[in-house]
Amino acid sequence: MTGEVAVLGAGMHPWGKWGRSFVEYGVAAARAALADAGIAWRDVGSVVGADTVRGGYPGYVAGATFAKALGWQGARVTSVYAACASGAQAVNTARAQILAGLADVVLVVGADAAPKGFFRPAGGDRPDDPDWLRFRVLGATNPTYFGLYARRRMAVHGDTPEDFAQVKVKNAALGALNPNARYRKRVTAEEVAGSAVVADPLRLLDICATSDGGAALVLSSMEFARRHGPAEPVRIRAVSTVTPRYPSTVLDLPDIATDSAVAVEPAAETFRASIARAAYEEAGIGPEDLSLAEVYDLSTALELQWYEDLGLCGEGEGAKLLREGATALGGRIPVNTSGGLASFGEAVPAQAIAQVCELTWQLRDQAGDRQVAGARVGITANQGLFGHGSTVIAVR
Amino acid sequence: MTRARTPVVDGWFTGDGDGFRLLGTRCAACASVFFPREDGHCRNPGCPGGDLEEVPLSPRGRIWSYTDSRYRPPSPYVTNPELPWEPYALIAVELAAERIVVLGQAAPGVTVADLTVGMEVEVVPGVLHEDAETAWTTWHWRPTGGGA
Repeated sequence: MTGEVAVLGAGMHPWGKWGRSFVEYGVAAARAALADAGIAWRDVGSVVGADTVRGGYPGYVAGATFAKALGWQGARVTSVYAACASGAQAVNTARAQILAGLADVVLVVGADAAPKGFFRPAGGDRPDDPDWLRFRVLGATNPTYFGLYARRRMAVHGDTPEDFAQVKVKNAALGALNPNARYRKRVTAEEVAGSAVVADPLRLLDICATSDGGAALVLSSMEFARRHGPAEPVRIRAVSTVTPRYPSTVLDLPDIATDSAVAVEPAAETFRASIARAAYEEAGIGPEDLSLAEVYDLSTALELQWYEDLGLCGEGEGAKLLREGATALGGRIPVNTSGGLASFGEAVPAQAIAQVCELTWQLRDQAGDRQVAGARVGITANQGLFGHGSTVIAVR
Repeated sequence: MTRARTPVVDGWFTGDGDGFRLLGTRCAACASVFFPREDGHCRNPGCPGGDLEEVPLSPRGRIWSYTDSRYRPPSPYVTNPELPWEPYALIAVELAAERIVVLGQAAPGVTVADLTVGMEVEVVPGVLHEDAETAWTTWHWRPTGGGA
């Protein structure tokens, strides 16, 4: 087992479409996390920023951008990018620095200011960039991949559009209770069914929006937490950042084709399942130990896929688990108590950090109306372009 | 004036009519197939690395999944903003011999209502878009009528 690090503080800038710079959101989240931790900015030994590709150069050096905006104080700085998994990689980098003795207190920040409409590739003619090619040759936006996965589930597992809509109904009800969520209105199954089809079989209300937002965490060594922090802090027990194994046989963003399995038999376990397994092994726990999960519901159908990949139920049983109410608040294993991406929309580098913020508040019994009673163990899961996945396990 | 027919990407497909094929590469050492073509090194981590030879892919496969694009994709997808958007279907096709899934647009006129997972489709030449001088060519998937 890897050593633990303490979560001293969590903070967010509310998600929305605010029309301001990502720096402003990140700094607001950072100040909130520092205040929550009771730590002065001057006492932070290292800053890790999760980059955004939409903010120009300051976005590529997000750690330094946030450090300068907070006021240069000499801290060690790191900036990381891993698409949707950027935030978790930032957490992992902070953890590694703490466990290696390079820093006692690390500030982790991610923030984004999203464009209107579809995400698009970097500019210019880029025929050697798979992300450019899928738009140029196929017009394959992110939602078309979500549509492919959803249709595949319908064909293989018998999921229905009504099942998918119920994911939105559940998450919207939870988002309505979360002051940091962008969408705070309950949604009915009829409203989902009445929204426009974006990428068959998925409708507008099945697919997450793109949002502005920021999230931050203050992490420390357990020794520092014992001296300066709360008696019983939330601890991060595992962070998984594993990559796929060849041949990867699930069509992954932004690829036009899978690997060929003609020469090498694929692993029985999918990439997404391997992400969770690595975290469970590192934490020394299993899915039966979880109190709650925050998963990357880029689409409603994808949330059901995560149930299976996290081992909350067997393969193909995701919709059944949802229908039983197991993943709603008060169920056996509530999923996306924050409201999920369905209620937040995606602020790419902030999202995986925001997931850990939600775990932190839940494990501290500070989640208000969306509190999971007696929460002790939480897991996050997300997946980003180009073979990035991540999972964080936090305990108290 | 006849527009020049130019592939949207060089070296990904070849031939006309019934002879149209997607082109990949195959490792001479381990027989792994790559599409889009890999011309540098074999990506099988257990392979010592062999020469990568160009190889046509199977012309027929079965639908792994499908969807469509009901809204206009952003650039670099080329569309005429003055014309109404016409949705097109996207099909992911599993090729049995290569054990690979390849995404492509459906042939014009094929909609998601015409498709089912498992249905047989074939690769056919298509035109992605045209400008004053050039017809930019691509591949399309089209149901064979052979059923699922």
